[in-house]
Amino acid sequence: MSDAAPILTCRNVSIRYLTGDFKSIGLKEWVMRCLTGNYKVVDFWADRDVDFELQRGDMLGIIGTNGAGKSTLLKAVSGIMEPTYGQVVRHGRVAALLELASGFDGDLTVKENAYLRGAMLGYTRAFMDATYEQIVEFAELKEFEDRPFKQLSSGMKSRLAFAIASFVRPDILILDEVLSVGDGGFRAKSEAKMKEIIHGGATTILVSHAIGQVRAMCNKVLWLHKGRQIVFSEDVAGVCTAYEAFLKRPAGPAVYPPPASA
Amino acid sequence: MMGFLSSTFSKLSKHRFLLEELVKRDFKKKYKRTVLGMAWSMLSPMLMLLVMKVVFENFFGRDIPHYTTYLFCGLLTFNWFAESTNGGMFSLSANSAIFTKVDVPKYLFLFSVNVQALINFALTLLVFFAFCALDGVPFTWTFLLLVYPVATLLFMNIGIGMILSALFVFFRDVDYLWRVFLQLLAYGSALFYTIDGFSPLLQLGFALNPVYRHIAYIREVVLMGQVPSLELHLTLLGFAVAAFLAGCLMYKHYNTRFLYYV
Repeated sequence: MSDAAPILTCRNVSIRYLTGDFKSIGLKEWVMRCLTGNYKVVDFWADRDVDFELQRGDMLGIIGTNGAGKSTLLKAVSGIMEPTYGQVVRHGRVAALLELASGFDGDLTVKENAYLRGAMLGYTRAFMDATYEQIVEFAELKEFEDRPFKQLSSGMKSRLAFAIASFVRPDILILDEVLSVGDGGFRAKSEAKMKEIIHGGATTILVSHAIGQVRAMCNKVLWLHKGRQIVFSEDVAGVCTAYEAFLKRPAGPAVYPPPASA
Repeated sequence: MMGFLSSTFSKLSKHRFLLEELVKRDFKKKYKRTVLGMAWSMLSPMLMLLVMKVVFENFFGRDIPHYTTYLFCGLLTFNWFAESTNGGMFSLSANSAIFTKVDVPKYLFLFSVNVQALINFALTLLVFFAFCALDGVPFTWTFLLLVYPVATLLFMNIGIGMILSALFVFFRDVDYLWRVFLQLLAYGSALFYTIDGFSPLLQLGFALNPVYRHIAYIREVVLMGQVPSLELHLTLLGFAVAAFLAGCLMYKHYNTRFLYYV
């Protein structure tokens, strides 16, 4: 496995993230703030020297507390952001399923939204024509297909989002806390569908706060802490144990392997 | 530059389905799915034409033959410019939920707005031809030359739309400033008067107004039935290329940075 060419390589990926007073600001406010010296732009390293590679069929779990740089790293992997330093090399199509329910349009119907989302995910019209019925069927929204999207409950919206996305057949699949959506019945269905995609040969990156899920499904694990890579390892169980120990004592150091005294 | 253009076109064909779905979405949202909606959007230029004719005919109409057509030439052009740039300005920020999640070319949103504005313009143009006939303007072969200013103005609109949409992401009061500017521009584009009696200095100011120059081209072709000078052709081309290039450079430069601002 490990002698095969990597399908995804992250080489010393560092991303400097900008934040501060420039967000949602007007021109006159900007001028005033500059004049009064009240204009601050903060930049910080969301990711620093993250370095790993994945082979076909790998399933990587990314763990870390809030603000560890997980989402930013995923944006770099999916091509939405460019690393400030370092490089991301992808061999194949990437599909990122991030925050599924946003990006829909409330005024369009279920069917129109499905087509729009399909187009965003890179499907062709022919593919959408062929699979649309399956998608609404899976989402259990057949009777709502001509309703404006704003009339749907939030559960229904995420069901549709998941159903469309689940037909994607990428080489690299990125999952940000979206392994399962909806109520009991749909949750089981969506988990089954997810496993089907993963076992279809895709290389998967999973971000999850459910350590049990990472333990059960992943064969590699990446632990990030405040933008720094604590460890990238195939010893999933060991890293997860160390991470759980760290979570119990947040004041303690984020290190791997764990200190001998622990 | 050629490489950039050809890669843009190959991307465009790859994302054709998405562009079509975006155009459909924008149409449905704008016209609220009614046939009247489209007629509605023609109402404003027609009323404007009526008011201007009633109010200004006594002042300027005496010296300007075919005054109705003269007015319409200006309104037709100016309204297209205003609609395209005003709508284009919001194209990035309104779609931020999409481009921060999926890696899609950001100019597609602007293109969608411009497809719509172009269709609106084409419809108004049909009404314009009807008015020309009613006004007794002879249809000559020079009408065919209308293709030229339409093409240059289209590229200029897209270029300015790119600049404005980028600026609007950075500064949220650009829309206010642009509306004020458009109002000034409407008075400064000789929609209802001629610039013949003005001082040379003032005439130079008009020569630098791209919207006025487009209107002047259209008037010359329609009302005088003559081929405009080579200088005017090159000027229009210059405006279009300058605006389009500036827009492209801006999008290229900020492509991966927009997401910090939304």
